[in-house]
Amino acid sequence: MTTINPKKAAPYSVQGSLRKKIWNSKTLILMCVPAIIYFIAFSYAPLPGIYVAFVNYNYRKGIFGSPFVGLKNFEFVANSGKLWMLTKNTILFNLAFIVLDNLLAVIVAILLKEIQSKAFRKVSQTMMFLPYFISQVLVGLLVYSLLNSDTGYLNVVRGALGLEPLKLYKTGDPWPLIIILVHLWQKTGYNSVVYFAAIMGIDAAVIEASMIDGANAWQKIRYIILPSLKPTIVILLLFALGGIVKGDFGLFWNLVGRNPILYQKVDIIEMFVYRATISDFNFSTASAVGLYQSLIGFIMVITVNAVVKKIEPDYSLF
Amino acid sequence: MAKKQDDMLDSVSKVKLTGSDYVIRGIGYVFISLFAIASIFPFLIILGTSFETEENIIAKGVTLIPRNFTTAAYDLVIKGGTIWASYGLTIVLTVTGTLIGLFICSMTGYALQRRDFPFRNGISFFVYFTSLFQAGLAPYYLLMTQGYHLNNSYWAVLLPLMVSSWLIILMKNFAKSVPHELTESGKIDGAGDFKIFVSIVLPMLKPGLATVGLFLALGYWNEWYQSSLFLQNMTVLPLQYRLYKIVNEASSLKNSVASQYVDVSNLPSESLKMATAMMTTGPIIFLYPFVQRYFIGGITVGAVKG
Repeated sequence: MTTINPKKAAPYSVQGSLRKKIWNSKTLILMCVPAIIYFIAFSYAPLPGIYVAFVNYNYRKGIFGSPFVGLKNFEFVANSGKLWMLTKNTILFNLAFIVLDNLLAVIVAILLKEIQSKAFRKVSQTMMFLPYFISQVLVGLLVYSLLNSDTGYLNVVRGALGLEPLKLYKTGDPWPLIIILVHLWQKTGYNSVVYFAAIMGIDAAVIEASMIDGANAWQKIRYIILPSLKPTIVILLLFALGGIVKGDFGLFWNLVGRNPILYQKVDIIEMFVYRATISDFNFSTASAVGLYQSLIGFIMVITVNAVVKKIEPDYSLF
Repeated sequence: MAKKQDDMLDSVSKVKLTGSDYVIRGIGYVFISLFAIASIFPFLIILGTSFETEENIIAKGVTLIPRNFTTAAYDLVIKGGTIWASYGLTIVLTVTGTLIGLFICSMTGYALQRRDFPFRNGISFFVYFTSLFQAGLAPYYLLMTQGYHLNNSYWAVLLPLMVSSWLIILMKNFAKSVPHELTESGKIDGAGDFKIFVSIVLPMLKPGLATVGLFLALGYWNEWYQSSLFLQNMTVLPLQYRLYKIVNEASSLKNSVASQYVDVSNLPSESLKMATAMMTTGPIIFLYPFVQRYFIGGITVGAVKG
């Protein structure tokens, strides 16, 4: 009877120690407060607004006063075939980006290592890094200056060779290829840095030993460099897969976003959502597509993280 | 690090090379040269054309070397007057946003890697979750415009770029490299956690501050997206959104009327675009060679965990 029930006593001591924990780390908590407020204001506060995807949005009534329509907005975009088309385009472009990005980055990194002149390597690396630093708006203008049919460089050259001008801004077909090439142009300098660092991290003695054993350049690449890059490649590929439904909006929008002849061929989820929000003020449809994308994206990241945790626990995100 | 790499290359080059080594080395020089030239070629076109007369651009197209050198387009951009206001605005946004963002990210990043901070996992997850699941554009747009009433307010550009979970995680990784013993010795001296952070940790965190600061600054300088959402009716625009408007309004004008009905050649739209592009991007082109190593630091410290 006199023994204290440990189960009853526990809440007090837990509470007490929690209070103590908070008091002892009050400064560290306060140091996190600006960031916490920030994320509440700009990342968590928009979350309840997702409800707009389930209503027929009416400006005067607001999100929560508008009539509830259930999954109608989702059905509308799904039944029109639009949702499937957007998903397919977004995923296919990302697959092309992921495969070609890494392939080209590995090739560039391997070849950079072959450059013996330090100055040459530094200068060329700096030049290849430039496209990473410019805004997507400028990328759009650069592409326009090269490709437009009236004044573009491509047609200046074609004209000099006596060829007919190509009207690339009036036909959608070549744009998937153009977008992929521009993406590679912009990102390869940046992407190759990780691989170059990994190659430079290979023990010089291993390479030297292989050369003493008479390995030729291809054998060195095949049996030493590529295997040592494999973990990096696998991890980067996996994380890229986690973002497979997230499109590179800035690139697409600035290359083709304003031109319906072009964007119909290469429309991605982000462009549709942006148009629906900014041009059509169709917040309900935009939010339905956005929520669909967020959910798939969430599932992809969770899945990828689980896989990474299995093969390389050090690299898992959580 | 760089020293070691070069030593490695030197030692390799002492070993006898096979024929295939020379082949791949040759391919390397050719391929890398071509890629490097292709990387800057479009800029050279813009640069060359920005000094060309409008008549020549319309008649003969863009050019690497101006056929008739003129600074008319630059004069026009500068005479318009508002470009300096745009510069001022962009600089103010970049400096304020970067400084406040750096302060918040470094403070949080430091606290979240402290092993004796019992709430670090919970808060880390709270921060990280924001990159896992987002509300999407429409709810965000509605909140910003109708909840916070930030339409046509520069706050709508300043605030959203200031902090991100990625930058906090990057900072956290940098802060991990500051020896924990320093924090401990600060505690023994009786300093509070904030004092320790400001006077002991921050000075040690310089590489991290440089990297995160440059990512922030580049984000602000190149910002056009938030502006396109919220600053549509402003007269003074951030530089890249200004370029965005000039590019898109001129090209949409051209695309819609061009070769069909109207002679647009009296509007020097082409050379104007080029000159504006050079003026809005110039500072980056001059600065990036000196700061690129900090971005490389960012890639290697935070690449995967980004």
